[in-house]
Amino acid sequence: MVLERGEVANSWRRERWDSLRLLTPNWQSRLPGYRYEGPDPDGFMTMAEVIAFVAGFAAASGAPVRTQTTVTSVVRAGEGYHVTTDRGDFECRCLVLASGACNVASVPGVRQAVPASVECFTALEYRNPAQLPDGGVLVVGASATGVQLADEIRRSGRPVTLSVGEHVRLPRTYRGKDVLWWMEASGIWNQRYDEIDDLTRARKLPSPQLVGTPERATLDLNSLSDAGVQIVGRLAAVRDGRALFSGGLRNQFALADLKMDRLLDAFDEWARSHRRDADVGPTERFEATRPPASSRLDLPLATGEIRSIIWATGFRPDYSWLHVPVVDPKGYLRHDGGVVDAPGLYAIGLPVLRRRKSTFIHGAEDDARDLIEHLAGYLANSP
Amino acid sequence: MATTNVNNGVNVDALLAAREALRGAPQAAKFKWRASCKWKNGTHTNSTVQGFHGLGAEQKHKTEFSFEADHPEIFASEDLGATPVEYVLVGLASCLTAGVAAVAQNRGIQLRSVEAKLEGSMDIQGILGIDSDVRNGYDDIKVTFNIDADASKKDIEALVAQSQKRSAVYDIITNPTNVTVEVV
Repeated sequence: MVLERGEVANSWRRERWDSLRLLTPNWQSRLPGYRYEGPDPDGFMTMAEVIAFVAGFAAASGAPVRTQTTVTSVVRAGEGYHVTTDRGDFECRCLVLASGACNVASVPGVRQAVPASVECFTALEYRNPAQLPDGGVLVVGASATGVQLADEIRRSGRPVTLSVGEHVRLPRTYRGKDVLWWMEASGIWNQRYDEIDDLTRARKLPSPQLVGTPERATLDLNSLSDAGVQIVGRLAAVRDGRALFSGGLRNQFALADLKMDRLLDAFDEWARSHRRDADVGPTERFEATRPPASSRLDLPLATGEIRSIIWATGFRPDYSWLHVPVVDPKGYLRHDGGVVDAPGLYAIGLPVLRRRKSTFIHGAEDDARDLIEHLAGYLANSP
Repeated sequence: MATTNVNNGVNVDALLAAREALRGAPQAAKFKWRASCKWKNGTHTNSTVQGFHGLGAEQKHKTEFSFEADHPEIFASEDLGATPVEYVLVGLASCLTAGVAAVAQNRGIQLRSVEAKLEGSMDIQGILGIDSDVRNGYDDIKVTFNIDADASKKDIEALVAQSQKRSAVYDIITNPTNVTVEVV
């Protein structure tokens, strides 16, 4: 039984901004026995298309989904779990947590010091620029969300300042292919969680600076600077009505540029050793991220220069309903590749759950197969 | 990688073991660093450091270290020590350079020489109260590393970038820090 608090593809329906498209190209949208078969394999799905895709899979797979059913509590009961919902209770031997990693917006404590005259929006609340007051906008965070929103809001004519901490820079296309084609073909995306040096870090990595557009355009800090977005360092504090930014911006650029180049080196090495150089374009290297002539270290928040702040500072899972002692003090699930630290309890769809691709649509299949094997073994071997 | 023959004089295994031990004992990771300062005469001061707190107990350097600070003669001082703002550069330089050695050891890179040159620009109209729009402190600090090591230029750049990422003094200088000054 699959319990869904709203409709199938609920978070895609209700928790995304209007212009969002998938980061993965259409040809990569595939679920077991089900794939994109439209005319534009290199395009990127709009939210309406994603909803139709997921709903189509639910229908095609005949999954026993109970919609409009919100789980309010899970407790251990006997050899299994007791699940309370707003539409009745259930008992089960095994339970798979598929509620994802992005249930609540993670906003830093400095928000408390922001003057009341500045309107705040999280990435879960933001829909489009028309929602924002006229005037300057501070976007905090430079993951895929932050750079996309900074770009869209800048295009609405507003002055935009983007606060940039640790980030992951990627070109949209490399040597004529989508960068996510390279991630898949080179095997990097298939890297298993138990082969990764610093798994904690890999699981906390911000999403790469990518956008899905019909033009397959690269959206990075250089293109945002060219569009007139003011780039500043990581938001370190709000003090006396002023936002204070880190002076360490240059090193954030250096780290991201070096990591991108290392990844491109790995792609080149794969293409060479697998004799694929003829299938792709010539090697490329991209302009280093240009440091602003002098990056601003502070911004007054109470003078009207900034009218709104977008907190694109990541998300956290919400396990407030899970009354099983498997959540660490920071609110993250204790699990080994999706096998949760309690008998018969599993998780799917978390960052680098079993592979680097775990949180992407096409990443679900391999993880699900591994976990079902474990789950079936558990059921077969327990009384 | 720490098992190669590279030797930069950094015991990375001990550092990694400490990291693992402290992961499970966050209280022991809480340190207090201390310095004491005595006014001598004019702008001349003498500061010392010896005791600190960490790993859940009081700790001590093997000896007390002493630092003379003063201003140069062009500020009508006796120039009996480095200026305090130069000590800030010393702190940043030594922190980043130590970080380069530690990261190099961890990444299996043998260092032959590491030199850092630092320059901080400052408009002293700020400290002299000539123009209240000018800040007192540095408006820019430039660090230039010259590193000879068994590694590519990219790998050396990555060393230096990682050293900044993990540097306490770099963080102190680039981010705001709450400071409380009291009189007893």
